Amino acid sequence: MAVLILEDGTRFEGTLFGDKRGACGEVIFTTGMCGYQQTLTDPAYRGQIVCMTYPLIGNVGVNDLDFESRGVQPAGVVVSELCELPSNWQLKKSLDEYMNEQGVTGIYGVDTRALTRHIRRQGAMRGWIVENDQEAAALGAIDSDVIMEASCKEAHTVSTGGDVKIAVLDLGMKKSLTDWIVKKGAQVSVFPANTASEEILASGCDGVLISCGPGNPNAYPQIVENVKALMQMKPVMGVGTGHLMMALASGCRVSKMLYGHHGSNQPVKDFARGTCAVTSQAIGYAVDGESLPGSVTVSHINWNDKTVEGLRYEGRKAFSVAFVPGGLGGPFDTTYLFDEFLAMVRDVK
Amino acid sequence: MPKKEWIKKVLVIGSGPIVIGQAAEFDYAGTQACRVLKEEGLEVVLVNSNPATIMTDTDIADKVYLEPLTVESIERIISLERPDSLLASLGGQTGLNMAMELDERGILEKYHVKLLGTKIDAIRRAEDREDFKNMMLDIGEPCIDSVIVHDVQPAVDFANEFGYPVIVRPAYTLGGTGGGFAANEKQLREICADGLRSSRVHENLIEKSVAGWKEIEYEVIRDGAGNCITVCNMENFDPVGVHTGDSIVVAPTQTLREEEAVMLRHAALNIISELGIEGGCNVQFALDPNSMKYYVIEVNPRVSRSSALASKATGYPIAKVTTRIALGYTLDEIANGVTGCTFACAEPTVDYIVLKFPRWPFDKFVYADKHIGTKMKATGEIMSISTNFESALLKAVRSLETGMDSLVVPALEALSDEELEIQLHEINTERAFVVAEALRRGVSIDHVYDVTKIDIWFLRKVANIVEMEQALRLLASCEKLDRDMLMDAKKMGMCDKAIARFVSSDELTIRAMRKELNILPAFRKVDTCGGEFEAVSPYFYSVYGGATEAFNSGRKTVVVLGSGPIRIGQGIEFDYCSVHCVWALKKAGFDTVIINNNPETVSTDFDTADRLYFEPLTPEDVWNILEIEQPEGVVCQFGGQTAIKLAKAVRQGGYNILGTDLGDIDAAEDRELFNQLLNSLGIPQPKGTTVFTADEAAEAAKMLGYPVLVRPSYVLGGQGMEIAYNEKHIREYMDIINLNIQEHPILVDKYLLGREIEVDAICDGENVLIPGIMEHIERAGIHSGDSISVYPPQHIAPRIQRLVTDYTINIARSLHVKGLVNIQFIEYAGDLYIIEVNPRSSRTVPYISKVTGIPIVELGVRASLGEKVPAMGFGTGLYPPAPTVAVKMPVFSFEKLNEVEVALGPEMKSTGEALGLAETAEEAYLKGFASTKMAIPRPEEGGVLFAIADHDKRESLALAETFAALGFDIYATTGTAHMLNHNYVGAQPVPRPGEDTDTLAKLFDSGKIRLIITTPTHGRDPHRAGFRLRRMAVEYGIACVTSIDTAKLLMKCVKLGDKAKDVPPLGLHDLIL
Repeated sequence: MAVLILEDGTRFEGTLFGDKRGACGEVIFTTGMCGYQQTLTDPAYRGQIVCMTYPLIGNVGVNDLDFESRGVQPAGVVVSELCELPSNWQLKKSLDEYMNEQGVTGIYGVDTRALTRHIRRQGAMRGWIVENDQEAAALGAIDSDVIMEASCKEAHTVSTGGDVKIAVLDLGMKKSLTDWIVKKGAQVSVFPANTASEEILASGCDGVLISCGPGNPNAYPQIVENVKALMQMKPVMGVGTGHLMMALASGCRVSKMLYGHHGSNQPVKDFARGTCAVTSQAIGYAVDGESLPGSVTVSHINWNDKTVEGLRYEGRKAFSVAFVPGGLGGPFDTTYLFDEFLAMVRDVK
Repeated sequence: MPKKEWIKKVLVIGSGPIVIGQAAEFDYAGTQACRVLKEEGLEVVLVNSNPATIMTDTDIADKVYLEPLTVESIERIISLERPDSLLASLGGQTGLNMAMELDERGILEKYHVKLLGTKIDAIRRAEDREDFKNMMLDIGEPCIDSVIVHDVQPAVDFANEFGYPVIVRPAYTLGGTGGGFAANEKQLREICADGLRSSRVHENLIEKSVAGWKEIEYEVIRDGAGNCITVCNMENFDPVGVHTGDSIVVAPTQTLREEEAVMLRHAALNIISELGIEGGCNVQFALDPNSMKYYVIEVNPRVSRSSALASKATGYPIAKVTTRIALGYTLDEIANGVTGCTFACAEPTVDYIVLKFPRWPFDKFVYADKHIGTKMKATGEIMSISTNFESALLKAVRSLETGMDSLVVPALEALSDEELEIQLHEINTERAFVVAEALRRGVSIDHVYDVTKIDIWFLRKVANIVEMEQALRLLASCEKLDRDMLMDAKKMGMCDKAIARFVSSDELTIRAMRKELNILPAFRKVDTCGGEFEAVSPYFYSVYGGATEAFNSGRKTVVVLGSGPIRIGQGIEFDYCSVHCVWALKKAGFDTVIINNNPETVSTDFDTADRLYFEPLTPEDVWNILEIEQPEGVVCQFGGQTAIKLAKAVRQGGYNILGTDLGDIDAAEDRELFNQLLNSLGIPQPKGTTVFTADEAAEAAKMLGYPVLVRPSYVLGGQGMEIAYNEKHIREYMDIINLNIQEHPILVDKYLLGREIEVDAICDGENVLIPGIMEHIERAGIHSGDSISVYPPQHIAPRIQRLVTDYTINIARSLHVKGLVNIQFIEYAGDLYIIEVNPRSSRTVPYISKVTGIPIVELGVRASLGEKVPAMGFGTGLYPPAPTVAVKMPVFSFEKLNEVEVALGPEMKSTGEALGLAETAEEAYLKGFASTKMAIPRPEEGGVLFAIADHDKRESLALAETFAALGFDIYATTGTAHMLNHNYVGAQPVPRPGEDTDTLAKLFDSGKIRLIITTPTHGRDPHRAGFRLRRMAVEYGIACVTSIDTAKLLMKCVKLGDKAKDVPPLGLHDLIL
């Protein structure tokens, strides 16, 4: 019997799968029901142990299409029932095989609902997936520089077609983000997270997209500075962690939520349109609504818990949202935001 | 967006009588709608002809009209009530059709009534095949390619363009006969030519076949501001080809990649946005299992059966939200009652799997065609919830109450491999069990997939169950069963009884062992959000392994056992009673718990009882809940035979039965004990005896003298009941009855051809209140559920009424009834006999409650709790009859069930009922017939065909004379024509089916026959001429009356002529107190 041990001592028994070396990370849960391949390859989960609240995982195995990045991003995975013999026309391998190949540990047979309810009450916390208790101590602490790990290492161009040039600052983005921008008709170049603002501006871009990604944005003051500089020069849109970076760059406070927003059913109210859309989110931090300077206005809020999830920056051609419009693993009800962004860019150009 | 302030008074249209395809789900939806309207402070006027519903209670709406759902009748109500708006999208297809007709005829405009919710145009666009197809083309959503042909060549051209295989569907053929799949040109030419020949209009629809594709459904909801979400997606276990109402369905989808699910979600939202739906909507897709190709199959622009399922599956109340949207609210303004902290704009996410299993009526209709296809045949359904597919499936099998508790079916085990292989190719109601049997015999999953196209994922899950069965069987004894294996079997959903059978032990041993090993179920909450928020909804399901969220509340609790799936004989009436029982108990200060598994009903709405357990109704499943709840009492008398059957298990578990005690229930249901009781009271009953074997039955019948009534004990709806006129009949029926293992003896009684009388009574053990006496129009021999029932009685002498009252009081007292009792009598040759006593609520309780104004269930509950009847304010003895007349008429679904005998008999066949309520009996009959869609025939519309069994010929003469005198052309089958002509009634002879079916078919097709009066000879053999004649009547849509008594009543109405047109509506509020 393997076990998931939380830092408060709570234990959940199960059986290991994938690479059985063990895992350590912040334990969070996601409520999406069938996009596990996208979730597991979403860099926003970098370093975390992800608990899937849907109990039947792996039904369609792993295929060549549904990747959000090159490999498994979370440090560990917790599921209730693991499907050993998946079935789908695109199937290439089972989830177990894939996780093993990727060197990531999972644990199945866990009472994921009990774990979810625990996290919901006590908050996201560190945990260890191990074969036995002694191993827990031996496993290291959580990676502190998850954004740099998740970000691309070299600047590269994704698409050369399109009437406007968009630079994407990659804070650990998912692939579908650039897919959407390309689909909406832009030329796209991607830059590593630590790229200086000057270098990005020098590329001749017409607008900048600050991507989603993992981690605590407060730990990256240099990125915040770069974002600030970019916002002064070009139209900027931020999603996920990118939104938080822009908020920080504009003088807002960002703090950790109890257990974050992870899933593809988060309702978000768009004040400008008066609509309420379903969004896909993977974020542990939120803008503190009390901390907004006069130049920043709230454009979106999460209709479940009323956290601030979208900002407009007055005097700047800039806006940001906490969710990721589109995305393979979720609804694309809000992809109109990309259109708004590109319109803003075209307007300036 | 705030509520539309101009809305003050809303007319709500219900869905009418229960028929196959339109069942209790619309009572659930309509009740929710009315509640929302009342919460919003609006005046609610409700019209629905179905008295067995909660929605027609006077406290659900301000004005309740149990009136026919016809344009004429609704117009009268509109002109009387003058509502400013109409809500029709919660009354099923009936409600929607009514709204469209009212609009088309200008009635809505005339009375300034606005349709709330989805606009008429949008409904029309979704419902009109051609418009819909064009709209789909415009927005780029693919529909299945099809063409209408009147010749073979265009069909071949179509197939050459769009590819094989294609489906040929002839238009207007008998029972959907003719047509089929064509895989190549040769087949197509053959099938198409055949189809054209069999089509009355020489027309075929040629459609590209997507049989074998995955069938996926989306339940979506959209508000007036354009916000839309998906509530739930569902995947059919049975691929395209089987009506979704007849498919096993799981939610959410299990075999779709996210990209596939997102693609279809997007398509569904795209479609409802384009249509401009305001409220709930159902979209069905066919998805290629080997590509991203899909087709839109169907859109239902309203709340549907699937939306009831989706509501129960997720906790998201689609009908409530739809109603609020109709009033002008947007999704972000509508609170989620389950979490108490989120809103209707959050898409539900679940952390379990839900499975729906249809309940078919084929345990009653043994000769019926059990194939399933594009025409729905199920009368009801059950839902199960678990964390894995295996246990959801096994829980479902238990919930069906078909006598099975595992996937093992002895009749299938008995088949040879060749026979089983043939079965595997059949698509019938046994499919899941045939698949299991095939896998059990080592047939490969790939082969089963090739034949059935059921997704490999599902097949593997079935294989898992079968492997567990085999592993348990190999142990051969329970000593070898260790904790791990037992835990695995329980996690897989196997019940103790089945495990016991596999390891050659018994249920209680396994149960004891399980408890000792601490293998206990945990109860989890349904919360709409996958655990993300703390839920306030008290809605539970069981799993093995893991933490429980259900705890003893510490308050005084009563558990109410529900009635399971809707089936013939146990319909929505029992849900009505269960719900009222819960309400009465709440009023009395108890915490209430309901256990039920029917997703269509009001009782399984999570805010009906204080706590809801969505579980099978078997002893084991009920014990598990009682152990947590530790109730003061368990109520077994309102959930029909399902609940009363559990009384023994409840007592065995050491719990109290609230109301009539087990010993007294037995005294009513056990034949020997009951005989002793009646003897001691000096109350006569038809002579009878109990038997087990066919030989004993034949012997008994000989002694009693034919005809005799043969039936099993402890059944509802006269299941397996038949009148035997000779020994051959006896042997045939005994064989059918013994298809299921009988735990109780079989009853053989002398059959008396008299008038049936029925009462429901409330008793506190001593004092008795009889709300009313009901008289049946049809003589004994036709099941009481299929008879037309009249209250107050019209033809019963005061002396007999007094006897009915006296016998009822004596029996109720002697049985120490605490609560309700239902008694059926026969008046025969001036004497009164008892034929049946049911120590529980009955299907007549809702209607009698409504027309007498006596809250029968509530009084029954109060009596169960110890209150004395005289203190309840309605007196004792027979309550004075109401000044109105109420006629309950049965409604049938024969057109959905091929090969089912249409003639009525002692076994119940109706699926629903409608009420006719008026100041005079004739008016009530008229309304009753109108509500059952039996339009009163007029001579200019066509003639009457008589086909009368010998023993009824004499009586039919007067009928034929009268119809002839009224100006109807009289037709008759050979023998009957001979008799009529011999007696100077001119009748044109027509051949019987089998003699010259073509001539008969031409006659039917000509429209010259408006009504068929045909009484059956005996037996169930589908090859008899009378049987075929009646089936033809159904298939040609010609009204068919199968009892002389019904025909006489109909004739009375015919005689009324034009007077029939001006019967004023009568609201329930008008007649009560």
